[in-house]
Amino acid sequence: MSAVIFDRVEKTYHGPRGSLKALDGVSFSIEPGEFFGLLGPNGAGKTTLISVLAGLARASAGRVRVMGHDVVGEYAAARKSLGIVPQELVFDPFFSVRETLLIQSGYFGVRHNEAWIDELLEGLGLADKANANMRQLSGGMKRRVLVAQALVHRPPVIVLDEPTAGVDVELRQTLWQFIARLNKQGHTVLLTTHYLEEAEALCGRIAMLKKGRIVALDRTENLLAGTASTMLRFKTDQALPPAIAPQARVTGRSVQLQAHDAQEVEAQLRALREQGVHIQDLEIGRADLEDVFLEIMQNPALVDGGGARGTADAAAKEAPA
Amino acid sequence: MSAGFSLEGAGTLFRKEVLRFWKVSFQTIGAPVLTALLYLLIFGHVLEDHVQVYDNVAYTGFLLPGLVMMSVLQNSFANTSSSLIQSKVTGNLVFLLVTPLSHWAWFAAYVGASMVRGLAVGLGVFIMTAAFVPVSFAEPWWILTFAVLGSGLLGSLGLVAGLWAEKFDQMAAFQNFIIMPMTFLAGVFYSIHSLPTFWQHLSRFNPFFYMIDGFRRGFFGQSDVSPWFSLGVVGTAFVLVAGFTLNLLARGYKIRA
Repeated sequence: MSAVIFDRVEKTYHGPRGSLKALDGVSFSIEPGEFFGLLGPNGAGKTTLISVLAGLARASAGRVRVMGHDVVGEYAAARKSLGIVPQELVFDPFFSVRETLLIQSGYFGVRHNEAWIDELLEGLGLADKANANMRQLSGGMKRRVLVAQALVHRPPVIVLDEPTAGVDVELRQTLWQFIARLNKQGHTVLLTTHYLEEAEALCGRIAMLKKGRIVALDRTENLLAGTASTMLRFKTDQALPPAIAPQARVTGRSVQLQAHDAQEVEAQLRALREQGVHIQDLEIGRADLEDVFLEIMQNPALVDGGGARGTADAAAKEAPA
Repeated sequence: MSAGFSLEGAGTLFRKEVLRFWKVSFQTIGAPVLTALLYLLIFGHVLEDHVQVYDNVAYTGFLLPGLVMMSVLQNSFANTSSSLIQSKVTGNLVFLLVTPLSHWAWFAAYVGASMVRGLAVGLGVFIMTAAFVPVSFAEPWWILTFAVLGSGLLGSLGLVAGLWAEKFDQMAAFQNFIIMPMTFLAGVFYSIHSLPTFWQHLSRFNPFFYMIDGFRRGFFGQSDVSPWFSLGVVGTAFVLVAGFTLNLLARGYKIRA
């Protein structure tokens, strides 16, 4: 049984200025124990997809299951299996950290939860703030409480919607150590993030979403291997030769060029030399997830009916049991 | 999902809602008690010798049950409506939306807590004002019946308003243009028999009138209409509003996209 199944999920928002199709037939599944990444630019539909999963929004078509439970028909069992860390930094100003966690436990019908709450407070570095009012906490501390709230009922599936946006390095490390430990203990983790290096380091599989459709879905190493795997990076003040300019990613003086193999690198360097372009700080390195991400997002064929790289079924089979 | 589980969840939400107003009780209980006391002292002093509603009942004596019930109704409404709009505007309603709690649990917990607040304020107003006015309890069961039903009805209406309103000014409009006039025009300060015929007829379409009239019956054993008729009107209104509220909650009206 898959931990999470999205089956042809569609979501259309109707507003005064017309309707917007936020999700357009999203299908994939996440296996128990996986650390799964969901990537995509702003407005791709990541948060909508998570909202449908969490019951915060209702799909216009399709079905979603969590640990075998339909999120609409069996919402109580489905929500009991889910721990959601919302993107917004929200809190209830009336209560202390410990009260907040006890209340959240109670909503899920969990009594006498003090031992697990203490463990959560300890693990997330909140022990000395347990009796502080939520208003007194810094943004980073509030973020930790959001994580603790999502975990009070020990859900088998943990969903983190951009949990490290605007968060300092120390918290990111504490958070990832804690989540990685839970993942090792068997919890399934679904992560959306803008930090591609995080997804690359943590996620076994990754789905990329663009305009409400899955445009790539594969194991992280396959995604990295399947595209132009080599990157040529250098700095220059001069114009690039017409042969390579269209493929170059230019940020100020920095230029990045993708290459599939050594011959392509050689050809690019030859074109630069023949044009007399003076280059500095030359580096040849491996493509990272950001490169893959940009390559996929810039490919119009993948969004205009070109289909996803890897299919949900094929990718699910490769996932760890 | 067992019934025990659901009770625990609803019980937690109920306790949280009670704790929420209790933590600011100076504002949620103390302030309305003081307001009602001022009404009694000022209106009572000014009108004492000019208005006689029932034989053998001084105006301040007549006014007291009206003020108590007005406080019960307004505070029951304020509790659910303000809690929900605050949670919606600040975004922390998400903590509740992701839980397995059913719409029945939401309704029971929110309305239950609003009744506790309404009845606590009512009791506070009664204790404070009774020091200035002689009190009788002719038919006390009506006092209890209408206080409980009225606070439940207004707590439920508060939920409707809290679900509907997206901003604080919409909530203020609901409170100032619907709840406040209906309460004031329900006979808190007067008997509808003292009104011109047209306004008397109009008052009979105001369900708040029946709540206050039935409640007052418990103190004096006299009322403008039969307490059984009032019970019928208020009971029907409660069932209709509760049904409507449960329907909105089940559909996730304005809280689930």
